[in-house]
Amino acid sequence: MRTRTRALIVLAIGLHLILLFAGFIAPSDPAAQNRRLPYAPPNRLHFHGVDGWHVRPFVYRMVPGADGYEEDRSQVFPVHLLVRGASHHIVGLIASNWHLFGVDEPGQIALFGTDGFGRDEFSRVLYGGQISVAAGIAATLIALCAGTLVGLLAGFYGRWIDESLMAGSELFLSLPWLYFLLGVRAFLPLHLSPVRTFFLLTGVIGLIGWARPARLVRGIVLSVRSRNFVLAAQGFGASDIYIIRRHILPEVFAVLLTQAALLVPRYIAAEVTLSFFGLGVSEPVSSWGNMLSALQQYSVLVSYGWLLAPIGALVITSVIYALLADTLRSHLEFHST
Amino acid sequence: MKFLLRRLIRAVLLMVGVSVLCFLFTEMAPGSFFDEMRLNPQISPETIASLRLRYGLDQPLATRYLHWVKGAAHADFGYSIAYNSPVAPLLWERAKNTLLLTTVGMAFTWALSLPIGVWSASRHDRLLDRAVNAGTSLLISIPEVVIGLTLLAIVVRWRILPVGGIHSLDSDGLSRGARVLDTVRHLVLPVTALVLLETSIIVRHVRTSVVEALQQPAIDAARGFGIPRLRLLWRHVLPLAASPIISLFGFSLAGLISGSLLVEVISGWPGLGPLILDATLSRDLSLVIGGTMLSAVFMVGGNLVADVMLLATDPRIRIEEADAH
Repeated sequence: MRTRTRALIVLAIGLHLILLFAGFIAPSDPAAQNRRLPYAPPNRLHFHGVDGWHVRPFVYRMVPGADGYEEDRSQVFPVHLLVRGASHHIVGLIASNWHLFGVDEPGQIALFGTDGFGRDEFSRVLYGGQISVAAGIAATLIALCAGTLVGLLAGFYGRWIDESLMAGSELFLSLPWLYFLLGVRAFLPLHLSPVRTFFLLTGVIGLIGWARPARLVRGIVLSVRSRNFVLAAQGFGASDIYIIRRHILPEVFAVLLTQAALLVPRYIAAEVTLSFFGLGVSEPVSSWGNMLSALQQYSVLVSYGWLLAPIGALVITSVIYALLADTLRSHLEFHST
Repeated sequence: MKFLLRRLIRAVLLMVGVSVLCFLFTEMAPGSFFDEMRLNPQISPETIASLRLRYGLDQPLATRYLHWVKGAAHADFGYSIAYNSPVAPLLWERAKNTLLLTTVGMAFTWALSLPIGVWSASRHDRLLDRAVNAGTSLLISIPEVVIGLTLLAIVVRWRILPVGGIHSLDSDGLSRGARVLDTVRHLVLPVTALVLLETSIIVRHVRTSVVEALQQPAIDAARGFGIPRLRLLWRHVLPLAASPIISLFGFSLAGLISGSLLVEVISGWPGLGPLILDATLSRDLSLVIGGTMLSAVFMVGGNLVADVMLLATDPRIRIEEADAH
């Protein structure tokens, strides 16, 4: 059990590090178009060429052929580690042009193929992951903060505050959230700069989600408040703020952690869904959702299967988070009983 | 009846809450449908002003809201600017398809998840139960978009089923039976997607409540009388577990309706989903408000049905009512 938890945490950290260092790991600029290579299939890594076996994997150039693309076998492009290429910013701060791997000009390496503008799908998945996962985490933070605040108020002060806040949460809980999300999105401007869209989107997703955490927090506050040591503290003249900080928040924190692990993948999916509908982050910035929206055309879906790559990334992320939530829950429940 | 009355009042309050929220959002929204017209040099500011007057957009929010409520009471949800037609018939046309999809989807979901849940619970912690558990966990953690798109990719790739719409293009010439069959074939993809989305969640809940019911002394007693296992499960355990399962039916509606929006858009089913999405993209607010309200009506209506069923199956609620008198 212990090793499994540790392995999961390492996996989760690894996933986020990969996304954080997307610029370094991605071989190309995610916005760089190559009009001569639209919808090119993924480059295959070869070890065996016309001149025998190679230690270093290499790729061939893709050239338009009779039926789609074919490999130009006349020239090999070995894959080098740590090469200089397109400039990018590490963690958004330090300018650099080092990449984890790459091939010499004029070769290209597109591990997941290219999209309709000839952009490298692999790089776009990594960069898009930054946006989608960041949106999920930010929305979760907003939902949890708002939910905790409401839950504390309702649970601690009770009476009409409690009743009106819980009635409000019931309203938000009972709505089909996707309709609600679209409804709220409809009232916001359609065309915005990607940065503003990002903040609007996370705000909307987060603010719709406050109800569930609020109810959970309220329940915990109610149970903690009736315990004897809290009553004693109150009897000694402890202020509300002190009791909330010293006795209630530590109890709430454990539950919020599990909630966060549950909510992040859900909100990543919400961002992906909205962007898939064309209501989210817009081109040229990539997100898993707007990358998938090209697949709304059946012809693209049928012919260029590698464009489903963001789905794979999304599934991996969601499963890691779900497993994390599962272990967290079992650990914390064990702790509290 | 008191129980039902209370639920009914709650439902009405909920609807009022949703509509007020919708209107508050319209007020907060920057920009409007007419912004695009304003950029068009061929449309004069006077025209836009008169259009605003015609649609009542110059009135204060409270007046507009009261006006809307008055209309909504007569099933008049305002006027769609983009479609240039009243909202209600537009919505109704699509709502029929959504209702068809969700009802069929729900029927299949429950027909599948009830047996699986009961069966898995009766084999608690054995291999089968663990397999069901792992499978549902995996399905729950996979986002809805992924399930929808993957199914679509499979269907489109191998051309197994027709995709998009509710009839084939040449369906007018077909006989009645063939037309029904045609619609059924179009239903398969969206219904499968919907069932995949919902089943995992419901199986888990059913399983939990059946496991709880199995631990009650009444069941031990029944087992002691030598009642055969299947009969025990369906006649004795299931009624014990019924209350939480029926409440779940109400709760699961919100997910089902949300899920159907996504599935409709992905599979091209002409329901409310694509309509609302288009309305959102063209900022046709009265249509968006109408659609959101309608989805809330489905929700609340379904919940009321669940309440009636709860009243019918759970004697405790009836006794509580009798005590209250």
